[in-house]
Amino acid sequence: MKRLKVFGSLVKDSLDTITHGSKKYHLWMGFLTFVMLAGMYCYSIQLEHGLSVTGMTDRVSWGLYISNFTFLVGVAAAAVMLVMPTYVLKDIDFKQAVLIGEGLAVAALIMCLAFVIADMGGPSVLWHMIPGIGVFNFPNSMLTWDVLVLNGYLFLNLTIPLYILFRHYQGKDAKPKVYIPGAFLSVFWAVAIHLVTAFLYQGLQARPFWNNALLGPRFLASAFAAGPALIILVLGIIRNYTEFKIQDKTIKKIAMVVTVAAQINLIMLISELFKEFYAPTHHSESAYYLFFGLHGKDALLPWIWTAIPLNVLATVLLTFHKLRNNFKVLFFCCFILFIAIWIEKGFGLIVPGFIPGPYGKIAEYAPTGVEIGVTLGIWALGAFIFTILARTAIGIELGKLRYKKALK
Amino acid sequence: MSDSNNKWFSLNIGRKDREASKSCSCGKTSGGCGGSSNAHHITEDEFTEAAIHASIGEERTKDGFEQVFDVKMDRRSAFKKLTASLLIGAGAVSTSCSVISGDESKEKAQIDWEEQFKGNYKLMTDDEKKATVDRLVRSYQLRTGKTISMSSKNAEDNVLFGYAFNISKCQGYMDCVNACVEENNQDRDSQMQYIRIHEMKDGKGFNFNEADDNYYHEVPAEGHFYMGTQCFHCDNPPCTEVCPVQATWREDDGLVVVDYDWCVGCRYCMAACPYDGRRFNWSKPEVPEAEINKNQHYLGNRMRKKGVMEKCTFCVQRSRAGKNPACVEACPTGARIFGNLLDPDSTIRWVLENKKVFRLKEDLGTEPKFWYFMD
Repeated sequence: MKRLKVFGSLVKDSLDTITHGSKKYHLWMGFLTFVMLAGMYCYSIQLEHGLSVTGMTDRVSWGLYISNFTFLVGVAAAAVMLVMPTYVLKDIDFKQAVLIGEGLAVAALIMCLAFVIADMGGPSVLWHMIPGIGVFNFPNSMLTWDVLVLNGYLFLNLTIPLYILFRHYQGKDAKPKVYIPGAFLSVFWAVAIHLVTAFLYQGLQARPFWNNALLGPRFLASAFAAGPALIILVLGIIRNYTEFKIQDKTIKKIAMVVTVAAQINLIMLISELFKEFYAPTHHSESAYYLFFGLHGKDALLPWIWTAIPLNVLATVLLTFHKLRNNFKVLFFCCFILFIAIWIEKGFGLIVPGFIPGPYGKIAEYAPTGVEIGVTLGIWALGAFIFTILARTAIGIELGKLRYKKALK
Repeated sequence: MSDSNNKWFSLNIGRKDREASKSCSCGKTSGGCGGSSNAHHITEDEFTEAAIHASIGEERTKDGFEQVFDVKMDRRSAFKKLTASLLIGAGAVSTSCSVISGDESKEKAQIDWEEQFKGNYKLMTDDEKKATVDRLVRSYQLRTGKTISMSSKNAEDNVLFGYAFNISKCQGYMDCVNACVEENNQDRDSQMQYIRIHEMKDGKGFNFNEADDNYYHEVPAEGHFYMGTQCFHCDNPPCTEVCPVQATWREDDGLVVVDYDWCVGCRYCMAACPYDGRRFNWSKPEVPEAEINKNQHYLGNRMRKKGVMEKCTFCVQRSRAGKNPACVEACPTGARIFGNLLDPDSTIRWVLENKKVFRLKEDLGTEPKFWYFMD
């Protein structure tokens, strides 16, 4: 009973915190709300007319939504790179960043689920997937595995920080006995969500571009580069705009993680390119389409040839200690790495899987305005949720939000 | 009547009873009843259709209307009784007498409700299958005033459907494609087609990359040969494995089917199909009312909605009634052969035993039941 009262007070306090702030904060939230509303309007058009308002067709049946979904699963999984050192290896330097990382994971997962729902032809019958009421094709369908691991990970990433913040809110220390098992579990779980998402594609013998044993490991490597890169950027912003102290040491350590992951990712990219182009087979056509275009169809060329140089540049710059330790260079590198991996793992992975089609037909894909609108709306939703979570968490960690204070 | 209609559940039972008694009286005074409503004329057609289906015939004997068998009018009423007794939902036969509009909208609402929350067809009992089919027929009647016939016939024992395609004979006329579209009520707006005919250059072998599956010129074009593809109804279909809700599956007679009402539209099956066999309803499918094929099967050519997957079913509404699929029937060259693989005397078996047959992408282990051969 008392706990409920404390929780109620926490919700009230956090509502108070997130609705008050500087002008910049209000502008930011207002902007996000506007984009979300625009996205909802676009989605209403999609609901009305069906998925025909998107650029997808029978030939390329997954597009921008699934691309973003795939990428964001990686971002969510990246929280593990902060959770593991903090809770499992007991590295104090990560402690400040870990709650932010978990908040980012929650926002990314909610965006993932939103993208999947946006991609559904029949969102009104989604209950067919709920075990018990519907039919859950487990364990045959990898999609059901994905539903399980994503929701499980969302649960872990909601409850662990909630417990810790809840204790801190009351001015008590969080008991490691309670949250350490969850933290351990979430480490494995993070690997699982991304591997399972890779298996979603990897298991399709119909699509040689995806049906490749390196896909899963490469997903992990790129995730552990792009996710922490985003965390570094977010930490940089938080450092600038709030009193929340994040030490240079923390950011430098995360930068190390990004660097190693980006290097491994690059090695795997080289291995993939070698396999596709040294002795090209019929199965290399998708890669040919992606990198060079086929029969004059080359819609993806600008994308991939933006991504590859950015990826290489970022990795090379990060490799040098001197450059990496310069925060201006670091933030720039993280930004371009994030963009590069978003392209590579989104558009660059999903669309060529369908091109050429099973019988060699080359039909290109380009997202429509409605599709882009919905996508931006979902990204705004993610940013909105993250801002709310981070603001509450920072308030509690700084000691501004305390249960006793509310009583006084 | 309106009193009992105020309740949701007692309504069904009450109406069913009343309906049953009405059809009895109808049987006695044939002229008046037949003249009073449209539905009776249609019921007659429906009956002839239904008589084909063995399952309904069984039900007829079970229901015990033997005493009214030989007269045509009596058969009609017998069929009506049958239908009525099968209904769990809001009595689908009630248009046989004039119904006030409020009653109809209520019935429509109840049908919609039950349709929205019904289960997966694959897991339904035969009675449940019939109930949903009756609801759909009734719903169509309420909406358009027209009656369709819809079957829920299950796979028969000792039947496994297979298909063979004679590459030497096909001339690319595309009559099969047109027949398929008309038979299966495919969306006309997006020009959805289950069958693709690939025009290939002589001397290049089966080079799909250079083939054209969307040609608009006179055929047969010189220096070309033609090859058709559609769903191959694999014996080990990758598409059904990946479906998160089991909305698509392989039936016992080998047909790979979709429950359009259970599909959530994730399109995972489409990504998993190596043969381009699946089509998605990107928008609401439109078929002009006059062109709708009213002889339907739940798993086959019944009307689809937007956002669901569909595919070739070897015309389940025809093949399970002992007929050839529409593409086989329409082919002017005799390039298409369809039949029961378990029947040693079937043409398909003769082809498989006497021709050099092959299948596409056999290395994927999908075991298509669709063979190609040459004269």
